[in-house]
Amino acid sequence: MSTTSESLAGDRAVAPAAKASDINAGRDWSRSAWNLVILAGVIGALAISWGPAEMGRWTFLFTDSANMAEYASGFLRPDFGDWRYYVHEMIVTVQIAVWGTFLSLIVSIPFGILCAHNMVPWWVLHPCRRLMDFFRAIHEVVWAVLFVVAVGLGPFAGVMALFIHNTGIMAKLFSEAVESIDPRPVEGIRSTGATRIQEVVFGVIPQVLPLWVSYTLYRLETNVRTATILGVIGAGGIGQVLFESVRGFYYPEASAILLIIVATVVITDLLSQQLRKFVT
Amino acid sequence: MTAIAVEKLSKRFGKKQALSGVDIEIAAGEMVALIGASGSGKSTLMRHIAGLERGEAGSVVRILGEIQQKDGRYGPNMRDLRGRIGVIFQQFNLVARLPVITNVLCGILGRISIWRGTFGLFNKAEKAAAIEALGRVGIPEVAWQRASTLSGGQQQRAAIARTLMQRSQILLADEPIASLDPASARRVMDVLADINRTEGMTILVSLHQVEYARVYCERTIALRDGKVVYDGPSDALSDSFLTELYGAASEELVLPQKLPVKGNPRPVAEAEPENRPVAGQREKILQPA
Repeated sequence: MSTTSESLAGDRAVAPAAKASDINAGRDWSRSAWNLVILAGVIGALAISWGPAEMGRWTFLFTDSANMAEYASGFLRPDFGDWRYYVHEMIVTVQIAVWGTFLSLIVSIPFGILCAHNMVPWWVLHPCRRLMDFFRAIHEVVWAVLFVVAVGLGPFAGVMALFIHNTGIMAKLFSEAVESIDPRPVEGIRSTGATRIQEVVFGVIPQVLPLWVSYTLYRLETNVRTATILGVIGAGGIGQVLFESVRGFYYPEASAILLIIVATVVITDLLSQQLRKFVT
Repeated sequence: MTAIAVEKLSKRFGKKQALSGVDIEIAAGEMVALIGASGSGKSTLMRHIAGLERGEAGSVVRILGEIQQKDGRYGPNMRDLRGRIGVIFQQFNLVARLPVITNVLCGILGRISIWRGTFGLFNKAEKAAAIEALGRVGIPEVAWQRASTLSGGQQQRAAIARTLMQRSQILLADEPIASLDPASARRVMDVLADINRTEGMTILVSLHQVEYARVYCERTIALRDGKVVYDGPSDALSDSFLTELYGAASEELVLPQKLPVKGNPRPVAEAEPENRPVAGQREKILQPA
């Protein structure tokens, strides 16, 4: 806080001298004042959050670092003895992500159009957007818990959780792409006597396709990561194995699983990057 | 037969009265120029005739004798009528990422079954017809290129090929040459004149430059501030009359020099061979009086 008041005082000290030599002619003082207000706001928000976030405990990072080192040392010698099993479960996780992304892609295509304000009247737009908000507002983990109750423990609950949540996100991303299209080619198609759906197929989809593909690949990548977490609450895959080994203090095994997850995420990232380059 | 009949067409955008009480009648087979300064309502009138915009109460637009819109409501046969009117735009309005042939094939969407059109299942004969239409406008070799790779003049000709595919009876050309260089502009106008002559297609073309209207169209309709201020033979449009009509705005309407038709047949020779006889006629028209 003290630094801000100093800089304030500094400003005041400079101002009169500046007026004399007129280097401040045309300067927008209200803008400078607003910048200070915003700065004060950010500092204020950080200050009032200090206590509730227990930021005072930062000293423990140093005083008790020995505990951390001891815990981490358990992870230093990864045990790949069961790697076939881990890889198998990792593949299950990726398969959950693939199906979840695919189902949400199918549903996001129509909803991406129906959630774009330049495509539909408001009485279609708003219900569709609110439905997508609802899908998106509830976290995958919560959806997974709900689906575990309905369809039982296992990968299918994970697929459904990813499907619903991801539809909310992809429909929003898709509709934003649709809202930024050039309307003129669509008008060109309309002038030939095409139907509304044909306008979308020939005028809109070709324009948004590169973005849609890119968003889908990015979401697939995200879903692989999320599917790992879903395993923790019983939706199958590598997450479940990871959670069990951490709870059972099998740190070398947990370490091996983490390395496999990291490798998988890196591979998905590299693959989707290559695919994106290919399609756009 | 009357191709286009516009009665008391008015349209207001916010505070601006874009069109007020426009009456126009165009017979089938005519090629008519629509001129006016920027903001005079040319595009708005075109968009109403194309069925892309609706007028105010009292306005009636009849296309080929059928009611296309009345009192701001589209007639029951709207989509069919849109299919019978081909439109080309200043910015070509092609779908940039699709191949030229697909853009041209979109012309038949109004004529084939909805399911076949929606899934883009065009048959061999239709594809052959699309290539033929591209040949007709002089660019058959670009069929499988993306539309975005074409030059402006080529894109406009591809757009004309789309309306040929449409087999429309009326062609509305909204500033088709405004963003083209002079040579491309002349080719596009040659193609339009040729289509009008050989297929008897009714053409209404809005132009920024009066010179082109004089050369290519017998009849000219002039708009100012959303009203028809001249409707008659293009020959009668002298420079002094235009200055009187448009005042200070006339400078942007009249080219400072004549079109390079006379004594420079090269750009015409490059175009399709069937265009040559037309060039001869135009030379006569351009003889200084």
